[in-house]
Order: sequence, then structure tokens, then C-alpha cells
Amino acid sequence: MIARETIINTILALLLLAVPLIAMAVGEPFYITLSTRVAILALAAVGLNIALGLGGLVSFGHAAFFGIGGYAAGILATHAFNAEPMLFGVEGTTSMPWIWLVALTVCGLVALPIGAISLRTSGVYFIMITLAFAQMIYYFAISWPAYGGEDGLSLSVRNSFPLINTAKPLPFFLICYALLLLAMSLFALIRGSRFGAALQTARQNDTRLAAVGIAPFNIRLIAFIISAMVTGLAGALFADLNRFASPSMLSWHMSGELIVLIILGGKGRLFGPLAGAMLYVLFEYTLGGITERWQFFLGLILLGVVLFARGGLLGLLAGKARHG
Amino acid sequence: MVEPILEIRELRKSFGALKATDGVSLDLRPGEIHALIGPNGAGKSTLIHQISGSIRQDSGTIRFLGEDMAGLGMPERARRGLGRSFQISSLAPEFSALRNVMLAVQARQGSSLRFFRPVMTDKSLTEPAMAMLERVGLAKRANLPAAELSHGERRQLEIAIALALGSKAFLFDEPMAGMGPEGSKALTGFLDALRHEAPILLVEHDMDAVFALADRISVLVYGRIIASGKVDDIRNDPEVRRAYLGEAA
Repeated sequence: MIARETIINTILALLLLAVPLIAMAVGEPFYITLSTRVAILALAAVGLNIALGLGGLVSFGHAAFFGIGGYAAGILATHAFNAEPMLFGVEGTTSMPWIWLVALTVCGLVALPIGAISLRTSGVYFIMITLAFAQMIYYFAISWPAYGGEDGLSLSVRNSFPLINTAKPLPFFLICYALLLLAMSLFALIRGSRFGAALQTARQNDTRLAAVGIAPFNIRLIAFIISAMVTGLAGALFADLNRFASPSMLSWHMSGELIVLIILGGKGRLFGPLAGAMLYVLFEYTLGGITERWQFFLGLILLGVVLFARGGLLGLLAGKARHG
Repeated sequence: MVEPILEIRELRKSFGALKATDGVSLDLRPGEIHALIGPNGAGKSTLIHQISGSIRQDSGTIRFLGEDMAGLGMPERARRGLGRSFQISSLAPEFSALRNVMLAVQARQGSSLRFFRPVMTDKSLTEPAMAMLERVGLAKRANLPAAELSHGERRQLEIAIALALGSKAFLFDEPMAGMGPEGSKALTGFLDALRHEAPILLVEHDMDAVFALADRISVLVYGRIIASGKVDDIRNDPEVRRAYLGEAA
């Protein structure tokens, strides 16, 4: 028998693929962009879900990595476009795979010290210290005129991918969709692995983890770094979607949005971030069309989820998460 | 004389004005069960916490297998073979009993940085874990989340975890608590045999079990060991009777 969750997951994955294909067929490219936004936000939240869902690390600073990924795309593309080398004579690039590699690397390198310091605390202190680090990076970005300061950084054309015309909405959506599926596979593998077992034990009871001889700090730090890298990759795609690396990608609103996505969809669930991103963008689009104050209603919905449906949308539809 | 596995000398720990551990010295020798008894608040659990590394002592030394444990945290001590159970069961509540033991097996193999291979189909984890559950009599409950196990079963599960770690000494903090008479009896028989695998420092309130099992008994009152010796000596020690056994009788 196929588990109910598997059926729901398959429907969600196919739905996200079907919307842009239908939109293409009926000539409504706006819905392709909307779906791409869903895929990218979901990817960012899959990243956060590794730390938050599996490890119980409520990072309120993942916007930092989302934004760094975005600026990596923006900065590399600007240098390539203006044909001026960066520091140490390194050339810019407009090739997505290179940009992704840089985004992943930089996010990993930044997450290492942030994680190493933040993970010495826990609970509300961890939330606050991750927020503080992200705000530092935010203010650094808006006060750095070379890369746009408060105005952000525009990309004149979308970056390129070998053999694919990324300027068209559908191929670009497919790239994002493929990366989302890849990241979700990575999440599923990690969750079921030895590392995942240790990480989930760290969330449930870190004394138990220490008592079997595994240091919780190391496990959490590695999870935090992987989590940051995935969110950073999403940031690079987001900048390409909007052709704009905005400082708002680094702001605490963004961190909050990612947490909201996960809570809406279902914390620690493989498809939680996707379900959450779909709901979020749907609310943003429908409620946002009715009123500018749509976030008020989102707040009410979130309240309802936290009070009555702790497992989020997936918890509601597929029941309580089960471990082996 | 045989080298002790665990050697504690002049251990002291204060919480403010309260001397929780006040110059405690004791040994754990190969093949023995050394029981630690004393009234509530005597500092038994605090002592176990210091040995396992979850609390640092103020002064004094703890040597395990000849090595000074100073500066080593709980994970390092566990890796060197100090297996413990907790006074209040400490498990991963969402994980099944089997997964709780599998975590110990994986820790013993030193392989937590594997990111891809699924654990549930990994026989090098499931089989040893299942064998440990069988030893403690929990095999039938292997797939239940730890949170759904009874109080006594959680105690058994903690012991299975300590076994799976291949511990070279066991620190058991009230393993009988919350068990029915049947369960206590079964566990007594189990611990009796277990001492030949690795010595046990046993904190226990169940005096029948203590007198049945212990090779030696130390009596802790207000952080000090007031008597230590063979079972019969302790049973007949007037100071012990006054401080502790008299109270219980």
C-alpha cells in the first residue's frame, strides 16, 4: 500500500510542474513566474528545514544566506557585464553553474563562523543571535555603495545555463524545479542517514546524543552549514528570477517568511517547504489582489495553523509524521 | 591487587553553600557491582553526573581505565566506555526503541558523518541493535516510539543502549525505579550476569536488589561516604543503620 503522504507529495510535485506547462499552453506567462517563485522559496525553505525541521535549530537569520546567494549572482554578473575583474583579478561570470558554486561556497564559509558562535547558545538566544548576524550583513550590504547600497543590484540579463535559454520563463522554471527536486532528495537522504539520526536526536534530546558519545555541537554545526548552502543556492536563483539582488533579500522579514513557509507546510516534512511555499504564494497572490493588508490575514491563518494544525498543511492532510 | 576500572579520589562539588559531593573516594573493580546507597538528596545522582561528565567537579580526580577524565566531556567519556542510564529516562522520544539502540551502535562504529545510506535497511546497525533489545527483553516492543514505552521499559531500553555502546563500565542510576516486582526480579537476574561483562556502579533504592546484587556497598549521606564495605558489614554498621536503614525500616 502506498502511504497517504506519498500520494499527497506526488500530487504537490506534479501540480507545481503542471501549472507552468498549462500557463505556457494558454499563453499566460505570469503564472510561470509565479510557479518559479514558489519553487525558489520552497528551495530556500528546504535548506532551512534541514536546520529547523531536522535539527530543531530555529535560525532567524537564514535571510543572510538567501541574500548572500543573491548578491553572489548579482556581483558576479555585474563584473562580467562591465568586463572589469574583481578583487585579485578574478573575472566575473554569467554562467549559472559557476554562480551557484560561488554562492554555495561563500554561504558555507559564512555559515561556519556564524554557526560556531550561535550554536553555543540555544532556544531564544539562538534565535536572537542568528537574527543579529543576519542584520549585520544586511546593514553591511545597504551601506556598500559599490554594489548598489540601498538600491540593490540590477542584473541586465538573466544569467546563462549551458544549452538552455534561461531568458524564457519556462526553461528557467525547469532549472529551478530540478534544483528543488534535487535538494529535496538530499533532504530525504540526510534524514534517513546516520547523520540524520544523530541530528534528529540532537533535536529530541541532546543529552541522549552526548551519552552515546556523539557531540551534539558538531552535528548541529554541519547541519547548519548544509542548511545555509541550500538556502544560498535559492538566493542566487531568486536574484536571477527578478534580475535584481535586493537588500530586502537579507532583511529579517525574509528570515521570518522562510520560517512561516515551513510552519504552514509542516516542519521537518520532506514536502513541508513546498506545501508551505505554494500556500504562501497563493495567499500572497489571491489575498494580495483583494487587499494591500493581506499579511494581516496571513497572520490569522498562521495563528490557526499554530493553534489547531501544528503539523501544518501536510500534518492536516497526511497525519502525524512517523519515524522508522 | 587488581587495578580498579574506575577510581575516584577526593571528589568535591558545591552548589553555593550546599556541598553535594564532599570528598568522595571510591573504586569500581573488574567484575563487581558496587552499590551506592543513601537517602534522598545525599548527592548520588550528582556523583553519577560528575563521573559521566555532565557536571564538572570542583576538585578531585576521576580516573577511568587509568586515564584522568579531567577536561573530557560526556561524549568523550562515553566513547571511552562509560555507559550510563539516567534517573529520569533520557531517550529520543520520537524514535522507536530500535532506532534508539541503533544510534548507540552507530556511535560505537564512529560513523555519524555518513549522509546518504539509509539506516533502516543497514543490517550493520539493525542487527546488533535488535540483539541488544532481545537481551533486555524488549524485542517485541522494538518498533514502538520510546515515548510510548512504559516507565520500566524505558529503563530497559537505556540499559540496552549502554550495552550497545560496548561499555567498559556501567553507571546505572536507579534502574529499578518504576518497575513492578516481576520486572525488578528479572532485571536483578540480568544485572547479576552483566557484571562479568563490565563492572556496575549501581545507585538503587530497592534494598532487596542491592543486598542481592552488590559485592560492595558505599553509603552516601550529605555528600560524604559514611561507610563502605562488604554487604554484611554495611548491613550491621550502626552508623548506617541510624542514618539510613533505620529510616527506611
